[in-house]
Amino acid sequence: MDRIPILKMGPYLLVSIQVDMHDRLAMQLQDDLTSRIAATGSRAVLIDISSLDTVDSFMGRMLGNIAAMSRVLDAETVLVGMQPAVAITLVELGMTLPGVRTALSVEKGMEMLAASLRDAGGHG
Amino acid sequence: MATATNRLSALIRQHQKELLADWTSQQMQSVARRRDLISDVDLRRESDEFLQAFTAALESGDSDKPTGPAWDRLHEQVSGMSISRARQGFSPTETATFVFSLKQPIFELINRTFTSADDLARETWTATTAIDRLGLVITEHYQRGREEVIRRQQQSMLELSTPVVTLWKGILALPLIGTLDSERTQIVMESLLQRIVESGASIAILDITGVPTVDTLVAQHLLKTVAAARLMGADCIISGIRPQIAQTIVHLGVDLNSVLTKATVADAFAVALQRTGLTVTPVGQGAVRSSASPAPEA
Amino acid sequence: MAEVLPVGSPEHVVIVRQAVRQRATDLGFSLVDQTKIITAASELARNALQHGGGGRALIEIINDGARRGLRLTFEDTGPGIADIALAMRDGYSTNGGLGLGLSGAKRLSNEFAIVSVPGEGTRVVITRWK
Repeated sequence: MDRIPILKMGPYLLVSIQVDMHDRLAMQLQDDLTSRIAATGSRAVLIDISSLDTVDSFMGRMLGNIAAMSRVLDAETVLVGMQPAVAITLVELGMTLPGVRTALSVEKGMEMLAASLRDAGGHG
Repeated sequence: MATATNRLSALIRQHQKELLADWTSQQMQSVARRRDLISDVDLRRESDEFLQAFTAALESGDSDKPTGPAWDRLHEQVSGMSISRARQGFSPTETATFVFSLKQPIFELINRTFTSADDLARETWTATTAIDRLGLVITEHYQRGREEVIRRQQQSMLELSTPVVTLWKGILALPLIGTLDSERTQIVMESLLQRIVESGASIAILDITGVPTVDTLVAQHLLKTVAAARLMGADCIISGIRPQIAQTIVHLGVDLNSVLTKATVADAFAVALQRTGLTVTPVGQGAVRSSASPAPEA
Repeated sequence: MAEVLPVGSPEHVVIVRQAVRQRATDLGFSLVDQTKIITAASELARNALQHGGGGRALIEIINDGARRGLRLTFEDTGPGIADIALAMRDGYSTNGGLGLGLSGAKRLSNEFAIVSVPGEGTRVVITRWK
């Protein structure tokens, strides 16, 4: 079964979701990511959803879960690149993902995370 | 089951070829013939298709209750025809006239076939009501088409009247002017979000100085816009909330706690500059100064 | 012209999304409208699967004479919903259940209708007009 790849780029873990995921794949990602965070001690996670045309409530909850779990593992997560139509739809669904930080691009997301890490005086 | 339409449809089916010939030749000779808009060949073909569909529909059931696949097909055909004729430049009256013109050859056929006054009256009545109904379908369809055009034009006008402005790199402003209704706010929301993506702006100032009243629906839409922008990675500041609007919002119980609001665009702009790590420095000692320094965590 | 798709597994939910996307594209829906109906379809398909024990989805292109639309029907023969009003309330869930699905799908559609009989099943029909 294919999995969503997780890239390590220096202090950052980058996940680029490009396929229309079915639920099992989504749960697998959750598991893989939390394992990877724990294994690498990474404190900065970027989830790039700029290729996702649809995000429903299940997927939204999953993204929220990932952010929450990461925080418990002392990592900060930034959700990057949500498309306008997706944002409008999620809000209409009632999901505003309050616990998830967001950025327009991977670049901006990294800047945000770098600033956080600096402020927290953390090791990257 | 011999219904009125069955008898008529059987008659038409039996004489279909000659009916078609009579009808088309009458149309060709009519003073209303628009040779500039449709060729003889096309007119013949259209008449044939229409007659076929009409006959099949009549055969399928009572024209008083025009339901079922054959009637659906007829209505589809009529709708399709009125669209294409509208495109060709025909007025809806001309298109309806095309359908009504079928009455003459049918009445003539009925006249030739039946002799008793009762039969003549009954068959004529059946034919005329069936055809009249189709004429109405055309008019209704045309009307809805026009309403659709008006709606689309209104939409374009709305889009034009809500420009998104780039105040500075990374900072957008959306001055909302006039009454906001549900439709307009949605269009505004979509175009703002689109501009955020295109410009890579991380801050958008929604200025409602020019909005006289804000009701619950509008307030909700504004909040949705702010929430959607945040999901994408941009923050919104709402500026220009006048005292009356502030009162309304509080009375309505709308929760603006999650949204940053400022009294004026200028105030909002100052916050936006600060957040993007910029500061404006007065020119002094002949040197132009503007510096970019890392923003303190806002 | 109805396309019938089974909804019996999570993979089917993806297939339903893709089929709805295809039809929405064929009809020329705007990107936002497409996203709305595909997401609504995803919510309802998932409901049919998780709460209805599986079922099917029907995708139809409809025409009311002046405009075209996309009508989606989701049916299951599951336990049904005893209190629809309650289920439609945002955030409502039993066992992490229907939650935002039903009311969300309603907000994302032009038309929404639901029929559910406890012990027999549920049918939800949504429509978006072009």
